[in-house]
Amino acid sequence: MTASKLRIDIRGLEKSFGEERVLKGLDLSLSSGNFYCLMAPSGTGKTTLLRLLMGLEAPDRGTMTIRLSPDGPLRTAAVFQEDRLLEGYTALQNLRFATGNRYTAEELTGFILRLLPEEALNKPVREFSGGMRRRTAILRAILAPSDLVLMDEPFTGLDHETKLSAIRMIREFCDGKLFIAATHAEEDPKLLGAKVIQL
Amino acid sequence: MPKTHGWPKKLLLILFWILIWQICSMAVKSQILLVGPLETLRSFSVQLFLPDFWAALGFSFGRICLGFFLAFFAGLVTGACAYWKPLIGEFLDPPIQFMKSIPVASFVILALFWTGAENLSIFISFIVVYPMIHVNTLAGLLSADPKLLEMARIFRVPVWKQAVYIYRGALYPYLKSACRTALGMGLKSGIAAEVIGVPDGSIGEGLYLSKIYLDTADLFAWTITIILISVIFEKGILLLLYLAAGKEAEYDSVKTEN
Repeated sequence: MTASKLRIDIRGLEKSFGEERVLKGLDLSLSSGNFYCLMAPSGTGKTTLLRLLMGLEAPDRGTMTIRLSPDGPLRTAAVFQEDRLLEGYTALQNLRFATGNRYTAEELTGFILRLLPEEALNKPVREFSGGMRRRTAILRAILAPSDLVLMDEPFTGLDHETKLSAIRMIREFCDGKLFIAATHAEEDPKLLGAKVIQL
Repeated sequence: MPKTHGWPKKLLLILFWILIWQICSMAVKSQILLVGPLETLRSFSVQLFLPDFWAALGFSFGRICLGFFLAFFAGLVTGACAYWKPLIGEFLDPPIQFMKSIPVASFVILALFWTGAENLSIFISFIVVYPMIHVNTLAGLLSADPKLLEMARIFRVPVWKQAVYIYRGALYPYLKSACRTALGMGLKSGIAAEVIGVPDGSIGEGLYLSKIYLDTADLFAWTITIILISVIFEKGILLLLYLAAGKEAEYDSVKTEN
């Protein structure tokens, strides 16, 4: 299953929570085949924009036009602010939950071993360290069938080495898709080969 | 309190109370008012070799079990419906409150008019167990982590898979505690109903006859029997529930219980 061509046009997007105006008149055009990094200090609407794109929040004002060719339901994959893993289940079961029958168990195990140590295979993710959990969440997002991949601070808790391995896998699996990551590390856009969006 | 440990201590404590029981019964000197443990045990062992005893056990236990399982699955279904559409839950609420608040004895009399004595205990154990399972199914489903459900929605995970991986784990601790209470209550109310309705060849009839003949030893023997099947029943059902939930769900429920 290859990703469909996706184009998102955002015009005059506004969103407030109570008194606080988080997004004020945002204009953006995004399209498949591009990687984007949302760069902004924390509390300036990165997570809000990602949640709007996921359809979990509705904008107060403005439009978000999504065009998909060939036409079909928009498939989204995400790394959330939290890991949101099935605690009692193994990494393999967590991936299966989102990927369905797209990959065999052997293939999935191979992918897991690129980011996680071998002893992680038989453990429930509850027993994982913070970094291991984050890597599992990243794997789930890049392996699930999708046209749009959204990641909210995906590299939190990863050391430099594992971060680089994760980025290599992201670039390999998200090629041709529309990829957006919220991040605050200056080096991330360069490592991902991504365009910078300043909010 | 200092932590007492191990079964030897427990056994000693139980033996102590059995001894008190024996002393009391010897002091009372009446086989009717208070029969001693030895006499109870003798009566129990005589019962064990009577075919009627096993027939009564099968009759009562089978019916109460049937009532329990019907109630369990009905509660699971209506609890899930109430979660799916809260309006259904509101619609079902009055009869469920009604079942919870009406005294069991009133139900027994009513059921005697409707079903007759024979199948009385199916009905009574259903009435007692169903509201508990319904309420706890709804509460368990509502306790499912909204963040995980949001994640599943984003990834377009089919509902049956969400049920297996998210809702099953959320339900388990609620159903476990509901079953613990419901099992004992279902069994006791079922037998109490039989004592009122006196269906032929039931445990309730056995208890009733021991009243007629003032046979306290027999009464105590039946009581031991009821306690024993209640324990076995509870362990069996909890084991089934554990197997259905899977060890992954047990993992998740640790968080909920602590």
